[in-house]
Amino acid sequence: MKERLYELKQEALRRIDEAKDVKALNDVRVAYLGKKGPITEVLRGMGALPPEERPKLGALANEVREAIQQALEAKQTKLEQEEVERKLAAEAIDVTLPGRPVKLGNPHPLTRVIEEIEDLFIGMGYTVAEGPEVETDYYNFEALNLPKGHPARDMQDSFYITEEILLRTHTSPMQARTMEKHRGRGPVKIICPGKVYRRDTDDATHSHQFTQIEGLVVDRNIRMSDLKGTLREFARKLFGEGRDIRFRPSFFPFTEPSVEVDVSCFRCEGRGCGVCKGTGWIEILGAGMVHPNVLEMAGFDSKTYTGFAFGMGPERIAMLKYGIDDIRHFYQNDLRFLRQFLRV
Amino acid sequence: MLVSYRWLSEYVDLTGVTAAELADRITKSGIEVERVEALDCGMKGVVIGHVLECEPHPNADKLRKCVVDIGEGEPVQIICGAPNVAKGQKVAVAKVGAVLPGHFKIKRAKLRGEESNGMICSLQELGVEAKVVPKEYADGIFVFPSDAPIGADALEWLGLHDEVLELSLTPNRADCLSMIGVAYEVAAILGRDVKLPEAAVKETNENVHDYISVRVEAPEDNPLYAGRIVKNVRIGPSPLWMQARLMAAGIRPHNNVVDITNYILLEYGQPLHAFDYDRLGSKEIVVRRAKAGETIITLDDVERKLTEDHLVITNGREPVALAGVMGGANSEVRDDTKTVFIEAAYFTSPVIRQAVKDHGLRSEASTRFEKGIDPARTKEALDRAAALMAEYAGGEVVGGVVEASVWREEPVAVAVTLERINSVLGTAITKEEAAAILSNLQFPFAENNGMFTIRVPSRRRDIAIEEDIIEEVARLYGYDRLPATLPVAEAKPGGLTPQQAKRRRVRRYLEGAGLFQAITYSLTSPDKAARFALETAELVRLALPMSEERSVLRQSLIPHLLEAASYNRARQVENIALYEIGSVYLSKGEGVQPAEKERLAGVLTGLWHAHLWQGEKKAVDFYVAKGILDGLFDLLGLAARIQYKPAKRADLHPGRTADIALDGKVIGFVGQLHPAVQKEYDLKETYVFELALTDLLNAESEAIRYEPIPRFPSVVRDIALVVDENVEAGALKQAIEEAGKPLVKDVSLFDVYKGDRLPDGKKSLAFSLRYYDPERTLTDEEVAAVHERVLAAVEKQFGAVLRG
Ligand SMILES: [Zn+2]
Repeated sequence: MKERLYELKQEALRRIDEAKDVKALNDVRVAYLGKKGPITEVLRGMGALPPEERPKLGALANEVREAIQQALEAKQTKLEQEEVERKLAAEAIDVTLPGRPVKLGNPHPLTRVIEEIEDLFIGMGYTVAEGPEVETDYYNFEALNLPKGHPARDMQDSFYITEEILLRTHTSPMQARTMEKHRGRGPVKIICPGKVYRRDTDDATHSHQFTQIEGLVVDRNIRMSDLKGTLREFARKLFGEGRDIRFRPSFFPFTEPSVEVDVSCFRCEGRGCGVCKGTGWIEILGAGMVHPNVLEMAGFDSKTYTGFAFGMGPERIAMLKYGIDDIRHFYQNDLRFLRQFLRV
Repeated sequence: MLVSYRWLSEYVDLTGVTAAELADRITKSGIEVERVEALDCGMKGVVIGHVLECEPHPNADKLRKCVVDIGEGEPVQIICGAPNVAKGQKVAVAKVGAVLPGHFKIKRAKLRGEESNGMICSLQELGVEAKVVPKEYADGIFVFPSDAPIGADALEWLGLHDEVLELSLTPNRADCLSMIGVAYEVAAILGRDVKLPEAAVKETNENVHDYISVRVEAPEDNPLYAGRIVKNVRIGPSPLWMQARLMAAGIRPHNNVVDITNYILLEYGQPLHAFDYDRLGSKEIVVRRAKAGETIITLDDVERKLTEDHLVITNGREPVALAGVMGGANSEVRDDTKTVFIEAAYFTSPVIRQAVKDHGLRSEASTRFEKGIDPARTKEALDRAAALMAEYAGGEVVGGVVEASVWREEPVAVAVTLERINSVLGTAITKEEAAAILSNLQFPFAENNGMFTIRVPSRRRDIAIEEDIIEEVARLYGYDRLPATLPVAEAKPGGLTPQQAKRRRVRRYLEGAGLFQAITYSLTSPDKAARFALETAELVRLALPMSEERSVLRQSLIPHLLEAASYNRARQVENIALYEIGSVYLSKGEGVQPAEKERLAGVLTGLWHAHLWQGEKKAVDFYVAKGILDGLFDLLGLAARIQYKPAKRADLHPGRTADIALDGKVIGFVGQLHPAVQKEYDLKETYVFELALTDLLNAESEAIRYEPIPRFPSVVRDIALVVDENVEAGALKQAIEEAGKPLVKDVSLFDVYKGDRLPDGKKSLAFSLRYYDPERTLTDEEVAAVHERVLAAVEKQFGAVLRG
């Protein structure tokens, strides 16, 4: 009977090994371990043995059962795993097919530039002042030391609505308006972005509508060196560390002294290239110390208060930064242009 | 202002400073030098030749065969095409091997069978601008005076071995519209002296008052009028050096008398006018405003109608010049002129500007009067002109000056302390440095304890207050020496206002939702201005538009957005999603600023979403547009206060448009373009929206308040309700929410059905209702009771029945 048990074990293990799927394995399980299976049969015939041998045979039978059981389980796991792998293999896809696009728009390049500049100055403690595009002659000119008859305010250059009302030609009126609101008490520290209008025929470098950003700081003891430091800080943040600036004397009716401000060329590091026309410098801003007449007209005592102001054109900065060659692109809204400004 | 380097060096020593270096230093200290041009750039091998023979070319009508002595070796044969070439002339000859502008190399050549060894040149061929070439040589070669030495360097004689600096002058620096003014500036920069020209006049014993008298009836326009008589002049060409200087400065030489007035204009910045005394027609000059209807024929032979806005020089009866702008043809200096009356006057800016504007005449003279001249030098300039006419036109200067003047030099004194200079600039300039700068400027000053009191020379009319002096010191001290500091002030944080911050969030949201930001023009045409407008008012119209297309301010952003969409579609960009944030302008009446209101508008057309290989394709429809706005209202915390109501609006689809109300007040709309408008703009199905952004940004957003996360399970029940076709889903939903309070938390529509399985005129709307009590788990009975209530309510209000 012992032999019979060994035989059964060998036979079962072989059939387990041969089983191709879970069903075949189940057949083996039923055939060898079922209530009517051969091992039970062998145990039933145990009565014919002498009593002292019965436990031994019982133990052996259990061992055989155990071994079969383990082999079954191992095979079961293996088959299941194979099944999963087969299934997954069948589910494989082409990962190089295009993904489902996420719809994304983006800001206009001018907004990009304006917001970047706003943020730079907000970081330096400025607030953003906004005001009307249709201005009075007083705020657009007179309060800025451009009295009637001043050559710099030729009728030809402005869009007048009536004699006293016009489309603002610069964002400077907000300087006067903000200073007035402060009623002669500093500090004033603002940045004014916005649309402005001039009587220009639209072409590659002119636009009758464009944008400007101006800054104004008025306080006791504001020095021209503060203007230089502020603009150098700004230039480095906007165009990269290592940029330098230079002042060139100039003339604006609302500042005295007045300067034009160049930034060292970010394309060639000052060696000279097409962007800077070989000079190593790019003109980017007009600036100066607020003219005492402007301070006084806005209610500030020009003996106690000084200030600086600066202004720049986002179109020009965007054209330089992104290499845009025609100012009309900004207002045509060609999506082939607009969607080039998505990246961070 | 064009400045000849060699001419300038007569007034200030330029030794050791090249033209390029000078340009750089002038630019750095305040006046931009736009360019430096070498007049002889690249030219060589041009000499003065003597035309010995000149006969017709045997084989060509328009050519001449010349034999020219060029001062070396045998005379050479040159074929010349100029009509004015003649035997005996002294001419500029480009020898074989010479190089002319544009790398044009002269070679030995055969022209129609005749040998040509060089070229006889016109001034244009030597690089002189055609507009300054003397008229008699405009169409031919230039002829030198007969005493010009044969074989000499022709370019030297023409003053072309020179460099010209082009100064771009800001309006405050009218003083540099003269060589002397530029000399003062350059002297200040270099720390050198200025040598002024000689203006001594040798006069005859006669008295000018026997010739002429002067009366000014408009002294506010003409505070100073002076004149001299020069008799027995012989009109002819001016000396070549003078012609060369005029040409270098951009002025065409004319004759000796006229050239001298122009020369003085350039030298002193004082415009002069020379009248033919014998043609004046009287012995008096009266300066007055013109009478309405009066006319004058100016030097350019144009008859000009005058008004009381214009100032004229008259002979007591009729105008002989439009003051400060242009002389009259009747008193013009001509070849036979014998006696000249030279006018040197100070006309004030406004009256000249008016004349320039009205007659479209801008001249070297008027420009200087418009910007302001220095009357302190007027008579000196007059003297110098008279002296030059004696010297170069053979004239005799009659004794004395006629003059009418109310002008008195008012000395301008400005005081500024060294401390103020340094505190405004942030510098540590010493007393000695400041004093040196003022001395170099030739500003007389006194210094006492750091207080500088400066007497401003009359040539610098731009200097009146201490800041002007600070600027002078700063620019000559050098801005590159200015330190870079940051304002020392109480540190206050910067930032955006809540509205500005929200506006940025709105932008980012729309961009994240797939829209591109557009910026369009504010100016538009009257027919477009108020189209689609949420709110209209009188149009704001420009007084002098450049075109009808840009003549009024817009009241809606949509027309230009549609143009942008149309522009894109014309360029094969079919799928368009644009938004714009910008102002619209509503008149509040003539003479006051209009109301400016910020709008948010959008245009959507084409495919909204396409993922074709997986079979996904979604065209823009009303609900795409609405969904974008729903998200926006959610973002702004206003969703609960927003309502969509079906609306009819001009140019929009009558069945696919909704007004949008915030707290019951209409603040915008969304809808499909009317098919007729789609066609007009060449667009396919297109949706637009416009919102009153200001109202949205100003509306108080619902603040975020944490709500406990559900601790008990909720129960979901779906219902499909059959209602009349015209029942609005929004109203039904609202009724369910109302009836289900407080247990019904979310009501969402998940199916809309119309069709065969329902009676005509009916539709089914299926909602999913979520029941929830934050305190406990609901029982089936509780849910069922509320559900019954909901069904009863919708049946009562809408006749809704459960779909079987
Ligand atoms: Zn560069």
